Amino acid sequence: MAFRVLALFGLLSILVGCAARESVAQVDAPKSFPREQVVKGAELAHIGNCMSCHTAQGGKPYAGGTPLKTPFGTIYGTNITPDAETGIGGWPLEAFSRAMREGLDREGRHLFPAFPYDHFTKLTDEDVAALYAFIMTREPVKAENRRNGVPIPRAAVGIWKSRYFTPGRLQPDPARSAEWNRGAYLVEGLGHCGACHTPRNSLGAEKKDQAFAGGEVEGWHAPALDSASPSPVPWTVEAMQAYLRNGIADLHPISAGPMVDVVHGLSQVSDDALRAISVYTASLDKRSDEERRRAREAALERARTAVALKGHAVYDGACADCHNRGREQEGGALQLPLGTALTIPTPRNLAYIIRDGILPHEGERGGWMPPYAGALTDEQLTDLLIYLRALSGRPAWADVAGEVRKLSKGER
Amino acid sequence: MTKLEINGRVQEVDADPATPLLYVLRDNLGLNGAKFGCGLGQCGACVVMADGEAIYSCLTPISVLEKRKIRTLEGLGSAEQPGPMQRAFIEEQAAQCGYCIPGVMLRAQALLERSPRASEAEVRAALQPHLCRCGTHMRIVHAVLRAGELMRGKS
Repeated sequence: MAFRVLALFGLLSILVGCAARESVAQVDAPKSFPREQVVKGAELAHIGNCMSCHTAQGGKPYAGGTPLKTPFGTIYGTNITPDAETGIGGWPLEAFSRAMREGLDREGRHLFPAFPYDHFTKLTDEDVAALYAFIMTREPVKAENRRNGVPIPRAAVGIWKSRYFTPGRLQPDPARSAEWNRGAYLVEGLGHCGACHTPRNSLGAEKKDQAFAGGEVEGWHAPALDSASPSPVPWTVEAMQAYLRNGIADLHPISAGPMVDVVHGLSQVSDDALRAISVYTASLDKRSDEERRRAREAALERARTAVALKGHAVYDGACADCHNRGREQEGGALQLPLGTALTIPTPRNLAYIIRDGILPHEGERGGWMPPYAGALTDEQLTDLLIYLRALSGRPAWADVAGEVRKLSKGER
Repeated sequence: MTKLEINGRVQEVDADPATPLLYVLRDNLGLNGAKFGCGLGQCGACVVMADGEAIYSCLTPISVLEKRKIRTLEGLGSAEQPGPMQRAFIEEQAAQCGYCIPGVMLRAQALLERSPRASEAEVRAALQPHLCRCGTHMRIVHAVLRAGELMRGKS
């Protein structure tokens, strides 16, 4: 489907003549820039994660060759080192700026939007110049660009751009803090977070009305960052900042897949830039504090329940033999999800039963279960109680370990 | 592999962690003191000690016993050098068929380590979970009281 539409676009482009622009004359790019500008450009390059697409595995930095699998075919990151022949050494700032913000190469041909100029277009002149200074001071590498495996004529990209690409800087929101606005600029612009985290239409354009609703990248799902965020514990600014810096944050998983490279880049970025990015990113989730608190509590609750797995091993060895059998079979006992002691507001009954068993009075007959006092440590009993409670489908008991401790000290 | 400390010796056991200690003692380690009676914790024949407390080895999976000190009949003494508990049972001739006796001894050992001067009533209460089909109950109670005396240094 996407292919047929693209073919149509290709045909149209020829008819309409949505062709390339004029070329920018080659120059010998300057070799030297103010140090501060290069340093700033280095940080920006990390935020933009240029490395990820423009450096092949085991290859020289920024020399290109990285395959990027798209639904339209495999496209290869280009050599952006200042090598005059195979890189962009002959590009003046004007050409570099035009590539970044208008999606045209030096010769005026349309660039495929795998290069996220739909985001980079928001960059300020100053930042583009800093990036230019950084790139032009890298080691030049002679490495021919690999031919793309995308069967779409460049001219068709022109049509695509006329439909889906809006050049222009980002307008700050005066109602928001300077930090938030800086974050918006970095996230929406250079960071191009939406390139992965926003879903795309059949022509590969981001669905602007579903910004950050979760997208696809190289076979990975990039989770939603908006109010539909599937993160069990909702993100906070602090957690986001820790995660983007270290690839790990309390109560959140460690980064994986394509996000590893992003974090690797961001680990080099200044605290205030990272903080701004985190402030803006966390603000994408517009759920109320109360809703987020509830989601967090529910997640932690489920996590506590999962500790149950430890208790499962105890159950498996000590209880399952009888209780999995059910009463229909000889020596079998009640399946425990049917047990009432699991459903009441306190773990005490169940703890007593496990510890002391259920024994008839001496010489009398009656219900019976063997005591496990001595066989299970306090910790094992706690794990078992938590596990059994989970079988009841009710919210976990509070402070099971504390109850067991009291019990073994004879306080109950 | 599960590491178990049995009678002061650490041994690695290659068995499913859910396996009851009793099977590991008898089948893997050749410690045949503890007996299989009911397999349900109802008869007491399988009782051993863990960290000083009597437990049913037929009900207790080895997975929960790592890092615990397990003691079995073999840990109370040998045929050549019986410990005080065993000597008392011999002196009182408390065993008839003897099948329940290892479990009784370990339960009694746990009791006397906890309360060296346990009274006859306490002994009877402690041994309540143990079945003896031969009917040597009176001799068993005397033997345990005698063991207490031996442990306290009376001969």
